[in-house]
Amino acid sequence: MEQPVFKLSGVTKVYDTGKVKVRALDGVDLELFPHEIAVLLGPSGSGKSTLLNILGGLDQVTGGQVWFRDTELTGMGDRQLTAYRRDHVGFVFQFYNLVASLTARENVQLVTDVSRDPMTPAEALSLVGLEPRLDHFPAELSGGEQQRVAIARAIAKRPEVLLCDEPTGALDSKTGVQVLEALKTVNEQLGTATIVITHNAMIRKMAHRVLRFQDGRIGSVEVNETRIAPSEIEW
Amino acid sequence: MVMHALDRKLLRDFVRLWAQALAIALVLACGVAALLMSFGMYQAMGDSRDAYYERNRFADIWAPARRAPISLLPEIAAIPGIRSAEARTEGLVTLDLPGREETAVGQIISLPISGETFLNVPILRSGRLPDPDSDAEVAVNEPFAIANGYQAGDSFFANINGTRRELTITGTLLSPEFIYALGPGALMPDKEGFAVIWMPERAVQAAFDMTGAFNSLTIGLYAGAREDEVIDQLDAILERYGTTGAYGRDRQISDSFVSSELDQLWTMTIVLPPIFFGVAAFLVNMVLGRIVALERSEIGLLKALGYSNTAIAMHYQMLAVLTAVVGILVGWAFGAWLAHGLATLYAKFFNFPYLIFRGSWSVYAVSGLIGLASAAFGALRVALRAARLPPAVAMQPPAPPRFRRGIIDRTLARLKLSQPMMMIIRSITRWPIRAASNALGLSMAVAVLGAASFFDDALNKMLDTTFNLANRQDAVLIFAENLPEAALDNLKALPGAMQIEGQLSESVLLRNGHLEKHTALEARRPDADLSRVIGGSGRVMAAPPGGLVLSERLAEQLALKVGDDVEVEFLSGRRETVTLPITGTISQYIGLSAYADFEMLNALRRQAPQISVANLTLNEDEKLAFHKALSQMPVLAGTAMLTDMRRSFEDTIQQNINITATVYVVIAVLITVGVTYNSARIQLSERARELASLRILGFSRGEVSFILVGETMLLAVLAQPFGWLVGFGIAWAFTQGVNSDLYEIPLVISPATFARASLIVLLTALASALIVRRRIDRLDLVAVMKTRE
Repeated sequence: MEQPVFKLSGVTKVYDTGKVKVRALDGVDLELFPHEIAVLLGPSGSGKSTLLNILGGLDQVTGGQVWFRDTELTGMGDRQLTAYRRDHVGFVFQFYNLVASLTARENVQLVTDVSRDPMTPAEALSLVGLEPRLDHFPAELSGGEQQRVAIARAIAKRPEVLLCDEPTGALDSKTGVQVLEALKTVNEQLGTATIVITHNAMIRKMAHRVLRFQDGRIGSVEVNETRIAPSEIEW
Repeated sequence: MVMHALDRKLLRDFVRLWAQALAIALVLACGVAALLMSFGMYQAMGDSRDAYYERNRFADIWAPARRAPISLLPEIAAIPGIRSAEARTEGLVTLDLPGREETAVGQIISLPISGETFLNVPILRSGRLPDPDSDAEVAVNEPFAIANGYQAGDSFFANINGTRRELTITGTLLSPEFIYALGPGALMPDKEGFAVIWMPERAVQAAFDMTGAFNSLTIGLYAGAREDEVIDQLDAILERYGTTGAYGRDRQISDSFVSSELDQLWTMTIVLPPIFFGVAAFLVNMVLGRIVALERSEIGLLKALGYSNTAIAMHYQMLAVLTAVVGILVGWAFGAWLAHGLATLYAKFFNFPYLIFRGSWSVYAVSGLIGLASAAFGALRVALRAARLPPAVAMQPPAPPRFRRGIIDRTLARLKLSQPMMMIIRSITRWPIRAASNALGLSMAVAVLGAASFFDDALNKMLDTTFNLANRQDAVLIFAENLPEAALDNLKALPGAMQIEGQLSESVLLRNGHLEKHTALEARRPDADLSRVIGGSGRVMAAPPGGLVLSERLAEQLALKVGDDVEVEFLSGRRETVTLPITGTISQYIGLSAYADFEMLNALRRQAPQISVANLTLNEDEKLAFHKALSQMPVLAGTAMLTDMRRSFEDTIQQNINITATVYVVIAVLITVGVTYNSARIQLSERARELASLRILGFSRGEVSFILVGETMLLAVLAQPFGWLVGFGIAWAFTQGVNSDLYEIPLVISPATFARASLIVLLTALASALIVRRRIDRLDLVAVMKTRE
């Protein structure tokens, strides 16, 4: 069997706000594999985003262990986490977070300039279907286009994992589909393990596995025998 | 009283923004303080002078003569325009002060027998006036008495017209004629070494052989009288009695220095404070602009709730006003402290019986109002923008900034800069006015610092030229009467005298058409080595026979250039007029002089070579004996010890420069912090999302900090050349404001001065940006990503 990209055992995360302690993650055991698209579903506050932030090296666990391949993430310092993000992780957010003063190509170049084995910005952008918009500034692009630039930026360094937090949350159905197509293309062509958080239950149909979150725990895991193409998804 | 919610928001915002508000307030405080100090001092000194002159009837005209009969007075008093004329006898004497090695100099002035002076009335500060019938009692000027520790009853020796006399002090006086008491040949007041001595008329007349006569006339004019006409008539009457020409207050030494100081204060008042107020207004504009941008949706909400446009505009105006109030209070305190320091400094040089701070409260009010106005002005546009924002639009997120490809971008693309560098440059080109204002603010800091330190360079240049190149003698002996040049041989016998050279100084009136100027015409042997004429680039020049060398300012005032002819009227002896060509000009920083060849001048005067001054170098070891001998020398009117003068000049200047340099460094640092800290905070606030994105993408703290600190520092570096230029401009304005017949400040600024100013400003900018940079470490990456700006 293939070695997992991520291995979590007994991960807990407690937010201590002084008066109240919130258990965002309450003993999560999980393995995530290369080449798979995993969708995390669950109500607000169920712990999806916390998990994503921990996987991405943006947050620290309170208890338990997180392994990225053979490396333990738990206990790494800021400098090591920065290097981990730089070398292995791609992020896609709901609100694109592009640098307004850089063009599409330059936004991608931000990453390719500091990566070890990146594709060219043009390659990355063509992967998400944005070749004709290479030299446009974010303000000159539609929301869907901006999100695809963000995906291109995330995958240009050929990351092992792509973490997406509500990637279609700010988009209408038509442009949302374009974004999902881009994610699928990347997953198929680069074999990047892709983890997508969404509120949109329809998106689960394109995933290999669907993990449902409830109160900081994984409630159920569902394996899709037959996946559908993003173009067939509607909301 | 219940506080309105909006007012509560105002106070909380103000508290939250304390660091930025304080940075602005301190810049504003500098403006308030500078205004309070310079304008306050200008007013206080001007008022005090005016009151002193008025109450003590400061004369309008002085007319010297060799010896004029007292019987001329009715004729003089009858000249139209003259309100009062007072005849007196004056004389320069050398003093032998108990406990002091060096010879001191005294200026004796007669006190009328009646005991009542009409003009230049001295104020009795301690003791009593001398008995009119006594020939050994005198009153002296208060600063001299204090500096030497004299009290009524103490006595000292004076060599009066060749006779050594013991004089007893009965009291101390202050006179409007000696607010700035400068001894003969001196460059700075020397309280210990120069005395003004008031002596009963009978005793003075007897001592100087002037019974029934006078050699000094002081004139008071009616308001509206034509000074120049009165002077012409006085000269006509006194011509036969050896006058060197009557003159008005413009040539009275003390008044010239006081006026020149007032001019300097005025220049300072109009040059410095506007810079601070301008920078403060810009900072208010920038910071408030950002706050309004951040509070866009709140503004929309307030409007939706029914708040009026005026209420919203006032809300943001009040934030500026609160900041200004802090700045004004700090400025008042700082300004009062500075003014006190300046007043203490002035007390060293200027002897006022009192300083009137009449306008004190009004200066506070004016500086406060201008401070408020500049903050309000800075806030005006932003407050109006907030007021004009339609509520429906306000509640929408703002349109993203539009970046477009322009010529600059294409050029940049070719340069293959890194993406962070592109972000920096695009941000500057996207908001060019803001970037330019930022840079302008920083260049003002450099300018202020450069212009302030410029005095250091300028005074060094003055000192070097005056003492090291032009005047290399240790002592100057000024004779009461011209002596034959052969007298130099006798002087060689003075103990300690090593090298001796003579020089002839004549009082002349130079004329070119309608332009004329009183000045001293100095002549030395061409091989003179001690006192020399220094031309441009430090070259030693000798006035060639057959022409005159003028100081550049003198030539300028008379509209003369090399090759032109000038009319020279001698004001003593045979008052002849000759015409001579100008053969050269020199830059001279102290005084306005003309130079001639020694042989030529004596030939023009149709006399065997004569000298009026001797320059000497001394053997330090025999100084004591030298001074002992001087105090017994009958022909001596005064001495100037250049070695002492140089030392006290250097000390005084160094001390003043240390004080001003510290003050200006503080000021430049405050401006730099005000500008850099605020602009970096705003950048951080605008860029928080981008910077957090970069952190998530794997950029290290250092790489992300580079973008923030890089933009600040790039602007700071770009600001330097302009700062140097403005600094040079301010220095120029200062020299123009300060230059007078008394001295000229050379416009020299060494590259090191600018380098130092730039270094201080750049380091401060870096420190401020790094303080803001620490906030990058605290960026909440997750939270930033989750929210839409």
